[in-house]
Amino acid sequence: MNIDREHFRQALQRTPFHDRFVALSTTEEWMAWNTYKVPRVVDKLSTEYFAVRSGCAVMDLTPMEKYRITGKGAREFLDRLVTRDISRLRPGRVTYVAWCNDEGKVIDDGTLFQLGERDYRLCSQHHQLDWLLMSSMGFDVHVEVETHEVAALAVQGPTSYSVLAIAGINELEQLKPFDIAEVRCGDIPVTVSRTGYTGDLGYELWAEPAHALQLWDAIFGVQGRYDIHAMGLSALEMVRIEAGFIMPGFDFNTAESTVRDGYDRSPYEVGLGWVVNLDKGHFTGRKSLLAERSRPARRRLKKIVVDGNKPVGETFIFDGKNGKQIGEIKCATWSPILKANLALADIEYIDGRLPSQLWVRIDYQRELKWLSTWAECQVQSKPFYNPEHRSATPPARY
Amino acid sequence: MSSVMTERTDAIIIGAGHNGLVCAAYLARAGLNVLCLESADSAGGMSAPRTIGDNYHFPGLAHVAYPIAPAIRRDLRLEQFGYESGKAIDTVALDANGKHLTIGTNSVSGDGLPESDKKAYPKFREQYLAFAKALRPLFENKPPRLKDMEFADKTTLVKLGWNIRLGLGRETMYEFLRVAAINIYDVLNEVFENDRLKGAIAVDAVMGSAMGPRTPGTVLTWLQRLQGELNGPMSLQSGGRSQLVHALTQSAEDAGATFRFNAPVDRILIENGKAFGVELSTGEMLKARLVISNADPRSTFTKLVGAPMLDAMFANRVTQIRGAGVVAKLHLALSGKPAFSGLPEPQMGDRLLIAPSMNYIERAFNHSKYDEYSEHLVLDIAIPSLHNNALAPEGHHVMSVNVAFVPYSLEGGWQEQKATLAYKVISQLGQYSPDLKSLVIDHELLTPQDIEEQFRAVQGHWHHGELSIHQSFMMRPLHGAAQYDTPIEKLFLCGAGNHPGGGLTGLPGRNAAKRVLKLGGAK
Repeated sequence: MNIDREHFRQALQRTPFHDRFVALSTTEEWMAWNTYKVPRVVDKLSTEYFAVRSGCAVMDLTPMEKYRITGKGAREFLDRLVTRDISRLRPGRVTYVAWCNDEGKVIDDGTLFQLGERDYRLCSQHHQLDWLLMSSMGFDVHVEVETHEVAALAVQGPTSYSVLAIAGINELEQLKPFDIAEVRCGDIPVTVSRTGYTGDLGYELWAEPAHALQLWDAIFGVQGRYDIHAMGLSALEMVRIEAGFIMPGFDFNTAESTVRDGYDRSPYEVGLGWVVNLDKGHFTGRKSLLAERSRPARRRLKKIVVDGNKPVGETFIFDGKNGKQIGEIKCATWSPILKANLALADIEYIDGRLPSQLWVRIDYQRELKWLSTWAECQVQSKPFYNPEHRSATPPARY
Repeated sequence: MSSVMTERTDAIIIGAGHNGLVCAAYLARAGLNVLCLESADSAGGMSAPRTIGDNYHFPGLAHVAYPIAPAIRRDLRLEQFGYESGKAIDTVALDANGKHLTIGTNSVSGDGLPESDKKAYPKFREQYLAFAKALRPLFENKPPRLKDMEFADKTTLVKLGWNIRLGLGRETMYEFLRVAAINIYDVLNEVFENDRLKGAIAVDAVMGSAMGPRTPGTVLTWLQRLQGELNGPMSLQSGGRSQLVHALTQSAEDAGATFRFNAPVDRILIENGKAFGVELSTGEMLKARLVISNADPRSTFTKLVGAPMLDAMFANRVTQIRGAGVVAKLHLALSGKPAFSGLPEPQMGDRLLIAPSMNYIERAFNHSKYDEYSEHLVLDIAIPSLHNNALAPEGHHVMSVNVAFVPYSLEGGWQEQKATLAYKVISQLGQYSPDLKSLVIDHELLTPQDIEEQFRAVQGHWHHGELSIHQSFMMRPLHGAAQYDTPIEKLFLCGAGNHPGGGLTGLPGRNAAKRVLKLGGAK
């Protein structure tokens, strides 16, 4: 094996798209994601945010953990792994899944791609190889890490469909949300899925690392008023909160990294009850989740809108002005498109019910002087932002 | 067996070893309709008699035993069904030069034994039997859960605390706390001088386990063995053990339990996380309200249940249960009565040990760690035909030898090396009994792999899993299944792999039956 003797000088790996980000970066704001160097902001946060919401944003997805799961028992293995009933998943389709430890606490969530009859790709936020291998005992299944073998780009926003069409990917007209298509972009093979983490129309492109730059150039070569921008993780954080998507390890502690008793969370507690099917047969954590179902809810991660326009951070939630502390905000953003303070908050229930009032104290600065105010919070059950164009098939052409 | 009958089965017990029999008898006595399935052609499991040739009969894997616990004897009315504890025997620590030691329950004698050892022995025994007695509540009840305790768990712990603090008294309690988790090597060196005496006692602390005298926790394994002595003295199994199996079978049948032999179970049937029956190797399905497995926990979970039916971490923990068998059994058919140099004839019916010092045992153990066996083996010998002449043709005898520290996986494989081991054991015995070799007319060697195959106990471990501290009490066989119930509803465990462990105690079977009845198994 050829080992780069100088590898230690480079603390973070470069993705196959890295050179293009370097060329575009004006901020030099980089951050680490799964051992890769990725931009927090490439040029301007507001530009990148609005590219997702009204143009086309392109983000590097390569660092996302990717596992190839194949073999005769792949379906049974996955069925025992995840909480969701995946019996209706077919080749060419993607589904959102979560998985738990024995105690019914969430280890991670992700997207499950069925690429062939007994061929799956599982994408996750955190490294899962140890858990997947531990779970594979007793199944005829092969699990392989392909994080570094697949270059992945998210192309998201209302004009993304048109941009890809002009870039030479023409077969996406009938591609419905969570569909997968094997296409070509010029002479390179690309797998496209209509998936994303933005709550907008969007696609994820999967290609060989050797073809990464060619793919990038095809997209950025599209001329016209499509508002194409490279995007960093800061803008992603804003749009994913608007879409109401959770982030394991940030909005709640993942089960296998939790030390303190009670600091991990069940799928019900983080709003993933809809991906739990207790009747589908055995899966890891089922017994614990059945038991949890029979007890009153203790806490829930809720979408809340904080009144007013003072920026709310990660802070405590109270049951009234100067009241008792009953929870905390796990992530928050000002939504430019909704003109509202949005947050996901972990709230303790009282006798199995959501407390009737939620308040936050917002400490903020005005010309470096600290001020404080109280704001009430409204709980939302639907995604904050869910435009019709997100799921329209065929998508609108620009 | 008609399907009508099986449909009414309350409990299927997998395996008619002695714990399965005890459990079956208790449940049948509580009014349950019990069906006990056994893969072999008779009951008893590892304690079932074996025959080589046509006429040489052996008592099974365990050739010595202690009387069964009084509670079991009483509850199952075993005396009524012919059970009697056998005649008490001593242990003889053999010496190649004929200076043998005789070790009894309260005294020790022999050439060259220092007076101090003779004096120390009864006191030492008394103290350790008191320790063993203090631990009794822990053994006779299900192991207490430390989290989400039930009332019964608190009672067990209160009794245990009472016994240790008030039963033992302050000074003795301190001594107990000092030695409970240390090794037998240090303890015996503190008390005794004579190497063979120390070796003989140490054998009882390590026999059946992958432990040497210096292994931490060997005081605890010895205290576990002494639990049996609280019921009465050790006796040789010469049909007497078969009597236990026989009496248990009778007691179970008397209470209405039924048996099927030659009926190996392939799979436990599970739906929706709940066991509802078993599938035999013939494909026949038998349904029952409860399934109780006397198979070892690893086989039960990985083979009969299957990892896919279990949570991932639990399934993984099952594979981490330690328990590779380390004892082989050699059965010898002899054309005459063997003689041991310097050993008076009446003593030949005792248990004979070749374990001349604790270092000798430790060295023998060392080899087993590296998938090999020592040229100087630890041997535990019995001649059952001296107690029961029906075991061999007239004038002939049978000898049973436990060969300790024989690895489960031998470097180079067992296939070609079995005969070598048998030859070596016979040669080693020849140093103490010169005419033995000429008397051997037939033999059977059971390596740990043979024990695994023939008794369906994974890795051929006597106790279905090491009796180490991390696999004892509320950790036996593993966290998540340590109270005889399992993650699978209606599936219970009752074998030696569970608390309080192996040996012919019947306690796992009894504790399991009580647990089954408590958790809604009763009619």
